[in-house]
Parts: sequence; C-alpha cells; structure tokens
Amino acid sequence: MGGKLVDLLNVEDITELTERAKKIRQHIIKMTNAAGSGHPGGSLSAVEILVCLYFRILKHNPKDPHWAERDRFILSKGHAAPALYAVLAESGYIPIEELMTLRKLGCRLQGHPSMTVTPGVEMSTGSLGHGLAVANGMALAAKLDRKLNRIYVLCGDGEMDVGEIWESAMLASHYKLDNVTMYLDRNMLQLDGPTEKIMSIEPLADKWKAFGWYVQEIDGHNMREIMMATEHAKNTHGKPSVIICHTVKGKGVSFMEGTVHFHGKAPNKDECAKALEEIGACKL
Amino acid sequence: MQAVKSDWKMESQRKTYGKALVELGKTRKDIVVLDADLSSSTQTAMFAEVFPERFFNVGIAEANMMDTAAGLAASGKTVFASTFAVFGTGRCYDQIRQSIAYPKMNVKIVVTHAGITVGGDGASHQIVEDIALMRVLPHMTVIVPADAPETRAVIMKIVENKNPTYVRIGRTDVPTITDPEENFEIGKAQVIRDGTDITLIGTGIMVSRCLLAAEELKKHKIDARVINMSTIKPLDEKTIVKAARETGAIVTAEEHSILEGLGSAVAMTLGENASVPMRRVGVPDIFGESGDCEELMEKYGLTAENIVEATHEVLSRKK
Repeated sequence: MGGKLVDLLNVEDITELTERAKKIRQHIIKMTNAAGSGHPGGSLSAVEILVCLYFRILKHNPKDPHWAERDRFILSKGHAAPALYAVLAESGYIPIEELMTLRKLGCRLQGHPSMTVTPGVEMSTGSLGHGLAVANGMALAAKLDRKLNRIYVLCGDGEMDVGEIWESAMLASHYKLDNVTMYLDRNMLQLDGPTEKIMSIEPLADKWKAFGWYVQEIDGHNMREIMMATEHAKNTHGKPSVIICHTVKGKGVSFMEGTVHFHGKAPNKDECAKALEEIGACKL
Repeated sequence: MQAVKSDWKMESQRKTYGKALVELGKTRKDIVVLDADLSSSTQTAMFAEVFPERFFNVGIAEANMMDTAAGLAASGKTVFASTFAVFGTGRCYDQIRQSIAYPKMNVKIVVTHAGITVGGDGASHQIVEDIALMRVLPHMTVIVPADAPETRAVIMKIVENKNPTYVRIGRTDVPTITDPEENFEIGKAQVIRDGTDITLIGTGIMVSRCLLAAEELKKHKIDARVINMSTIKPLDEKTIVKAARETGAIVTAEEHSILEGLGSAVAMTLGENASVPMRRVGVPDIFGESGDCEELMEKYGLTAENIVEATHEVLSRKK
C-alpha cells in the first residue's frame, strides 16, 4: 500500500479513547449482569474497534440517525449487542440509563440488535453470517447514488464458518466494492471452543486475499493500528478491505480473558464487582 | 374435460413480469433487480438489458441475494429479487426471515417455476411448500396471481408500498381469465363467477380450473361461485365467510401442498367463523416427479374433474 504511516491519533486522543473504552467495558459488565444473560466475551473483544468507529471513524449524526450522507455500521456478530448499545448510548443515540433495560420485556435493547426499535442500529442482526451481504447491498446502493459514504461491518471469527460469508466475499470483490471495510474480530474462540478446534478457518488472511480483498492484520486493541488500517482501507481503490483484528475474548477482565466460559454467560453479582474493579475508574 | 377452453388466450406470467419490470424501471429510478443466475428463465434479463446499472446478478447464491437485497432496501431502494420458487424460499429462509421480514424491508421476492408444473425437472425443482413457508412469516404479504394480466397488476401494485412481499408465478403459459380492467387490490379476493350452491376458491393456475369445474357443475344443476384468492396473506376472510354463509359449502384449489397453503388458511377461517363442509384440492403430502405438466396435474389430483368430484363429496355433507 502506498499510504504513508501517519499517526492519526495524538496523545490526547489516545487518552480520551482509552477512557471511553473503559466506560464501554463498564457498561457491558453492568448491562449483562443486570440482564442476567448476554454475551460479554465477544462484546469485550470488540470494544476498541467500536470506540474508534463511533468516536473517530464514522461520519454520523446521533441527533439525526437517518441522515442520508451518513456512513453505515453493521454489527454482523449481533451477539455483541451490549458493546454496540454502549457506544450508541455514549454517542447520544439513546439515554445512558436505558442500557440497564437490556433484554427486559418491552425494551428497545433487544438481546440482538433490532433496527426497527433502536435508534442508530442500521441492521437487525443476530443470526450469524448475514452482515457482510447486507453491507454489500448498502455499498451497491451508495455507488448507484454516487454517494461517498462508507460501509463498515464487524464480523466474528466464528462467523467465518458460515458459507454465506464467502458468497458475499465474492460479491464484494466482483462488484469492486471499495466502500466496504470489514473488521474481523479474531478472538480465536467460538461458543463451543477454539475456532481451530471446532472448525479451522486458517489461513484466514490467505483466504481473503484469494477472494480478491485487500487484507491487513492488526492488534485489534491498539487504537492507533485500528485508525491507520481504516485509513489504508479508505485509500484502497477497486477492492473491498478486511482488517483482521487480533483480539482477546473477554479483554479487560482477567477471568473472562481467553475463555469460552463468558461467551454467552453474564457475570453474577460478585463477578460483576470484581470485573468493574479490574476495569478501574473512568476519568470521563 | 379439457384443462383449458379453446377460446382462452394463453400467456406467460414470466414474460409479463419481465415487461412490467422494464415499464416500472423507466419511471421508478429507485427500483433495482437481483437474480441468482436464472435471469433468462425468470425474465429479469429483460430489465438487465435495459437497465444494466440497476441489475445485479449474484450468481448461484440465494442467501447472499436476499441479504444483499435487504442492504439495498435499507438504503432506500425498492428491490426485486427473483429466482425459482424452490431456491427463493428454502435455500434462503433464514435470510428472508432475519433480514427482510423481521426488519420489514422493501424487498419484493418474485419467484417463478413454482409447483409441479415445472414438469420434467422433477421433485427437486417442484416446490409445493413455499406458500406455507412464506405465509407464516410476520410482515410478509403473499400473492399468487392467476394469470398474465393479474401478474402485471400485482407487480404494479406492490411497488406502491414498502412491505416485504412474496409473489409466486409458474413456468408454463396460463389461460387469461381475469379482466385487466378490474382493479387488483392486495388482500381483496375477487368473485369472478356468482353462484349459490357452493363456492370454489382457487389461487394461481387453479382459478381457471375452478371456472371449468363450475361450467361442468352447471350441467348437473349445481350453481357454483368462483373466487380468485390471489392474496393468500393478508387473507380476505370477509369474502370467505360471506361465501360460506351464502353458499354453505367450500372447495379450495391450489397447486401447492394441501398442508398449510390456501386450503389450510381457508379451513382455519371457516373453523373459527363459519363452519361449513369443505374440501381441499391440492398436492397430497408427497413430493412430485418428472413428467409432462398435464400428466402431473392429473396424477396429483389438480384437474377440473378433481374439483367437480370434491364438490359432489362436499355437497353430500351439506345440510
């Protein structure tokens, strides 16, 4: 890639975004604890990606969620809904207090995102493997309408098992959808265990390259790298981009890190207190 | 009894669909069309030729097609997604449920080659379960046009709303029996022949067979009402209940499994609102097979004679 490696974040940016990430992690722990169910592990692994998206990358307007020129973000791994709701609340789409209604009867914060009830949710997701194809549809529409907005999608690594992912990988490449950027949350674990044990998906980068995508691999918790890779994706023409983000499932809470135990299980009262203590106070 | 009358005009619903898309495409710039490597069969190729920039062939990838359609719809497009009925429902049910029906996307799934009249291709291609699959989905409208003029009317009508919609048409040319002057309305059944002794409710290609059966029944001094139930969902329960009360007996006819299609929907309506003797003419709970269309229609019990027989049986139970 020809793009020069500019530092897109200064010290103040890093401080701010790091604090925001802490805040999002606190919300995820509190929300799932209050709900008594949910998916903290895969929510925590995607925090830095979502923080960068909602506070730096996305062209969006929380006061006007349907603004026609906005960039789109699709959470293909819909079970990371707590993380999405947390950034939507911190961005101003929904009240922060509402986060505690997650998964409760009559709430707007469904267990998996529903675009018809929650402001800022661009697509209803939850059944895995759909998000990239939906993003492609949005990207085709943007090209037809000569719009410069970009389409971002976050997929889990377990989703790579889904055949439709590869159908849509072909389509994005065939139609040269360079307005599509996919973040692949490579936390190495899916519900039943390690991805390479359940259904091996490696060599992942080679697969995406073979499908005609521009591939980057980064540390998915390093916000400088997330910003830089996104900038490279923007500057890539004629092909879609995937950013393989190496992450840790349950990141930020020692007893949740690198285990499938908290893939789909909420922390209890004691675990919640311990997790919040580890995450530490947020200065925002 | 013939399957068609000699003075009936035979027309292709598929070609009518293709022409309607082209006509719409001229004024409606928001319309985009997707197909999964069957555009020369579904006739969306007509649209592709005139509006190549608004046509997307996704290859043999129906799941991908439905989600891509949802994404286009989410960005304000009116999307037509076409393939064969068997592939446009079963192969992508999850995509239709999650990304089209649940978020109420403006996607019109128009499928061709439905039912056993697919003919020689056999059971793998003859879906008789698609109406069942689609009508249980919340938000989904399900329409089965009876002939070519009604196919055109349906296509022109469904783009006036933004609801997810399933339109089912067949492979073969079918007799033209509807009046193009008659206004098609979603959810409104049409009484195309009046009668007082029994009501024959048909959908799709079986409507013309209901008309033939009614003429045969007339010879036996049986005055049959015929209803074209082109919208399966939302079902016009009012017209069904009225027919049950006025004629006291019902026969349904569909080129679909007798399980969970038109017949079941009518039976449920009758059971809850106006219980009268009724019988379903349709494909029994079995898979189809290869054969000539009319041979298959006979073997699987979908002729006008079958409707006449069902009528006699129902009338024997009528009080």
